[in-house]
Amino acid sequence: MLAVSDDKLPDAREEAEQVAGLLLSTTGRLQITSETGAATTKNALLAAKNDAVLHVAAHGTLGMDGAALELADRQVPALEISALQVAPALAVLSACDAAAERAERGPPTRHAHLVADLHRVCRRLGLRLGMASGHPEAAARFVADNERVHWHDQAVWWVRQKRDTAAAAVSDWEALREAAAGIKRHALSRLAEYLEQFEHNATALGAHVHWARDAAEHNAIVHRLLEDRGVTRLVKSKSMLTEECKLNPYLEARGIEVIDTDLGERIVQLAKEPPSHIVMPAIHRRKEEIGELFQIHLRTKPGAADPSYLTEAARHHLRDKFLAAGAGLTGVNFAVAETGAVVVCTNEGNADMGTSLPPLHIACMGLEKIIPRERDLGVFLRLLARSATGQPITTYTTHFFGPRAGGELHIVIVDNGRSQTLGREAVRDALACIRCGACMNTCPVYRRSGGHSYRYTVPGPIGSVLAPLRDPAAHASLAFASTLCGSCADVCPVRIDLHHQLLALRQDLGRSGHIAWHKRFLLGLLAVVFRWPALYRLSSYLARRLLPLVPRRLLYVRWNAWGRQRELPALPRHSFRAAYRRRRRDQS
Amino acid sequence: MTSRKAILAALRRNAPPQVAAPDLAGLGTSFADPIAQLAHAVVAVGGTCARVADLAQASAAIAALPQAAAAKKIVSLVPGVEPGAGQPTLDLAAVSDPHALADLDLAILPGELAVAENAAVWIDGKVLVHRAVFVITDHLVLVVHAKDVVHHMHEAYARLAGRPRGYGLFLSGPSKTADIEQVLVVGAQGARTCTVLILG
Repeated sequence: MLAVSDDKLPDAREEAEQVAGLLLSTTGRLQITSETGAATTKNALLAAKNDAVLHVAAHGTLGMDGAALELADRQVPALEISALQVAPALAVLSACDAAAERAERGPPTRHAHLVADLHRVCRRLGLRLGMASGHPEAAARFVADNERVHWHDQAVWWVRQKRDTAAAAVSDWEALREAAAGIKRHALSRLAEYLEQFEHNATALGAHVHWARDAAEHNAIVHRLLEDRGVTRLVKSKSMLTEECKLNPYLEARGIEVIDTDLGERIVQLAKEPPSHIVMPAIHRRKEEIGELFQIHLRTKPGAADPSYLTEAARHHLRDKFLAAGAGLTGVNFAVAETGAVVVCTNEGNADMGTSLPPLHIACMGLEKIIPRERDLGVFLRLLARSATGQPITTYTTHFFGPRAGGELHIVIVDNGRSQTLGREAVRDALACIRCGACMNTCPVYRRSGGHSYRYTVPGPIGSVLAPLRDPAAHASLAFASTLCGSCADVCPVRIDLHHQLLALRQDLGRSGHIAWHKRFLLGLLAVVFRWPALYRLSSYLARRLLPLVPRRLLYVRWNAWGRQRELPALPRHSFRAAYRRRRRDQS
Repeated sequence: MTSRKAILAALRRNAPPQVAAPDLAGLGTSFADPIAQLAHAVVAVGGTCARVADLAQASAAIAALPQAAAAKKIVSLVPGVEPGAGQPTLDLAAVSDPHALADLDLAILPGELAVAENAAVWIDGKVLVHRAVFVITDHLVLVVHAKDVVHHMHEAYARLAGRPRGYGLFLSGPSKTADIEQVLVVGAQGARTCTVLILG
């Protein structure tokens, strides 16, 4: 369904028809309707697959969240939404949607054809489809909306401040961090042993333990567990691991309804987009947008945006899902080797609802979630919620010792690259992460670029370390999404030296050729200059003499990224060496 | 080679040099008046707290709660504590399917211990009959003996270490979320209110 509002976007319809005509031959499903009012258009956007929305955003002035369409709704002249941009973008959206639907039901070859056709059409229209750009490009789209960036920055910073207040109220905070870091380093040095011990103890409690080398094996294990028991409805509580493994689309393509039950996760699931934060998945969305989303999916009142009202609506909606579910899937915050227990922390109680009603509980964990002793929990539980949201502890901290009477507990232990990270000394400590999100809340880059700009399950500083480790080619730019200010390392409850890891990664990526040629060239040049003191003195002298003579318009050109928002620093007349020498002379 | 073997082999191959586990002795802050601190912490996490002298007073305190007066389906797992006004309580043992608890209004549960630093009350799974009871109920009352109030989490785990191990949880205040624009909303998926009664 392709909808455009022709009164505000006079040329849109024609454009859309052209594009749709091209697409029609392959999809056979596209229809063109002309409807007045941007609401329909917006609904089409909201209903479209998230990837497609990203492509629209990539193309022009449309915000990732349909912000520009909101402008249209408020009768703002469509000056920012050129018809040329909106119409093809919508056509692409609809086609992507159709393609995704088709991919689930039809033979895969047709999907491949469609995608190829889409690429051809997009090339003709100057659209770039499916091209994953780096963090700077994605961030540029986010920062284009200045007011929103400010709002996001403040919202996230507020959480950082709550963390500070909570941390300051604990007199042994630094000792706790030291202990937590120590426990994790110890556990990482004996992971294999502790995993075996955990498996032994969990099995003795009646749980079934599965091992998955990668995402595909993990997804297949979960699917088999559900399929064997005829489960068609799964309720999930928050699990970054299943996001990493892309479990939801895998199960959905196999006919299983997957409901994310954490409120923030449900919001982004309805919006068909990934979480933008690991603790607050929908932090990038405004309440009005959530209200619109709920109006479509939960039948809430039009225009309602009160968080209490929306949360209550979600409570009823999710209650029905809990009661109808055939299985509950949870992540694992801590797996205790000594006892074989898994510990799950939530504030909403969704993990407890999801595991106490259906008979099957599947708990999915990255293998680094192991801690040796039960008493270690005392350390981590004092740190986790305070670092995450400033609460003294999460509302529900549930310790599962095997299945409940008459039920089943399956624990899936996933590697997916973690064992390789363990072997890399400079970055192995990233495996100590307890996923509190404090590093992203404090990060000046995260706060101003938004979680989606990272294009990885885990954003922020820790994500910038984990993502390039997983796939250097796709995520190289993340190692540079940092000012190396070190604030992340300061707030990290397990003292991961995040900024040093990012620096180490940059060096690795440079050596393996994953850095843009101009950066490599400039850094190579600098390396030569720094190696030869005479050359350094000469270039410094020339810069001080010549730069002030260069006209502004030659200096502030497109590729001078520094000069885009700032003035270059004023150059001193004399070098530091000269000033120092004179000072010495004057003193003597 | 099975995945299990492959993973464990890779972990052994890539393991860093052994690091000793840290000593956790000395961690934790003690309070001059842990019961007052607990009461303070319960309020901070969105709950309410009262001190009662005995089971009769506990029953009276519950009867005075508006959410108890309005409750129709009630479970009490604390022997001797009743919601008052002759309101009948549900016998959980007679409920075979936890889905039948979907309309539970009030649950009165015993807390094995309470942690002053963060208002976390340990609920032992053995007493629950159905695990859903603490989360599916609309309103929750937890009854804890004053002698079972500990200062901090380290002390709590030291106490729990002596018990026969089994399912249980720390519960701190009512269910809540701040997922919509960071506005705190109480009553997300689980209990809308949480009252902690300190007995003795």
